[in-house]
Amino acid sequence: MSNKKNWPLWEVFVRSKNGLEHRHFGSLHAADAEMALENARDVYTRRNEGVSIWVVESKHITASNPEHNGELFEPAKDKVYRHPTFYDLPDDVKHM
Amino acid sequence: MSEDQIKKMEAERSRSLEAEFEARIARDEKIEPKDWMPEKYRQTHIRQISQHAHSEIVGMLPEGNWITRAPSLRRKVALLAKVQDEAGHGLYLYSACETLGISRDELYEQLHSGKAKYSSIFNYPTVTWADIGAIGWLVDGAAIINQVPLCNTSFGPYARAMVRVCKEESFHQRQGYEIMLKLCEGTAEQKELAQDALNRWWWPSLMMFGPTDAESTHTEQSMKWKLKRKTNDELRQQFIDQTVPQAEILGLTIPDPDLKWNEERQSYDFGEINWDEFWQVVKGHGPMNKERMKARVGAWERGEWVRDAAMAHAEKQQERKAKEAV
Repeated sequence: MSNKKNWPLWEVFVRSKNGLEHRHFGSLHAADAEMALENARDVYTRRNEGVSIWVVESKHITASNPEHNGELFEPAKDKVYRHPTFYDLPDDVKHM
Repeated sequence: MSEDQIKKMEAERSRSLEAEFEARIARDEKIEPKDWMPEKYRQTHIRQISQHAHSEIVGMLPEGNWITRAPSLRRKVALLAKVQDEAGHGLYLYSACETLGISRDELYEQLHSGKAKYSSIFNYPTVTWADIGAIGWLVDGAAIINQVPLCNTSFGPYARAMVRVCKEESFHQRQGYEIMLKLCEGTAEQKELAQDALNRWWWPSLMMFGPTDAESTHTEQSMKWKLKRKTNDELRQQFIDQTVPQAEILGLTIPDPDLKWNEERQSYDFGEINWDEFWQVVKGHGPMNKERMKARVGAWERGEWVRDAAMAHAEKQQERKAKEAV
């Protein structure tokens, strides 16, 4: 096996068509950004799946830890007043 | 607290985490890479996803054998596209597997050293053009039956990779069946080629579903984790029931004298599978095991200077950019 550095891992995001956001499609290995784009085209868009590709080296992504999901996301659960259905209005009120 | 007490507390914590984990899967929730998971779940998934990826990669070899000799340009572009898809499927699966904390290099090392297995079907040779038809029809047909339930498996990255794979497989099977159809509509010799390919690929295809339920060691755990939704025998029966009528349309004979429609079961009864052959091939004594590994390892080693050169180039470019920025 080679002692030299292995090609780093890249995350691939593809916009399927204009008007839609880029979505995570998967990952791949490549020596640099340009090769990552070329490989992403061959691996993830062989059947017109996209009109635009983003690649970012995986090490640059900071992810939240699922073990902290409680403190991160639970506070939103008891804030029902952020939803329109929280407010009592008579049925006669239209267009609201 | 004594050491014993700490150990006891840790064991209890891991038991309750495991109970919660099993409950999540039972509720059809997906498990994502950074979620807590039992070590056995991680290892089982690394084993299965990597075996699957290796099968896609090694699976390119028997078909690649016929790319330069495809009988027409139409057949050649289709076969090239199919083999390229297999490479893509291998790559989707390797990257899904890497999310479990194993590196691509380790995965390759396991394949090249023989530690990891791949589907035994690829250890059979492709001696005539009809074999390309039979592989698409039977081998990809069996693969689809194995793979469709995996689109709903519990591990998110594997399920997502399988959705992409399954979308692409159906072209593979149709192109194979079309090859068989054309041969069967051709001369007597061409039809004979098709029959010969069916004779050689039928039984190995049935073996693709793995040992019988009675012999299968992983089935129960895999069902619980939704790595399997149906047993090996159920899937095999489904394959036989849907393939026999397809052979009839081709006018070919399935090479099994015991094959018979069972009115009561509304299914085909079939003959005994030669499991000795199956285990021989799994253990490395199939007709092409050595050849396949030689081709694979050779390609990897011959490509090493290219990989190193690309990395060195990328580093040089980066250094240059850094200097220019100063």
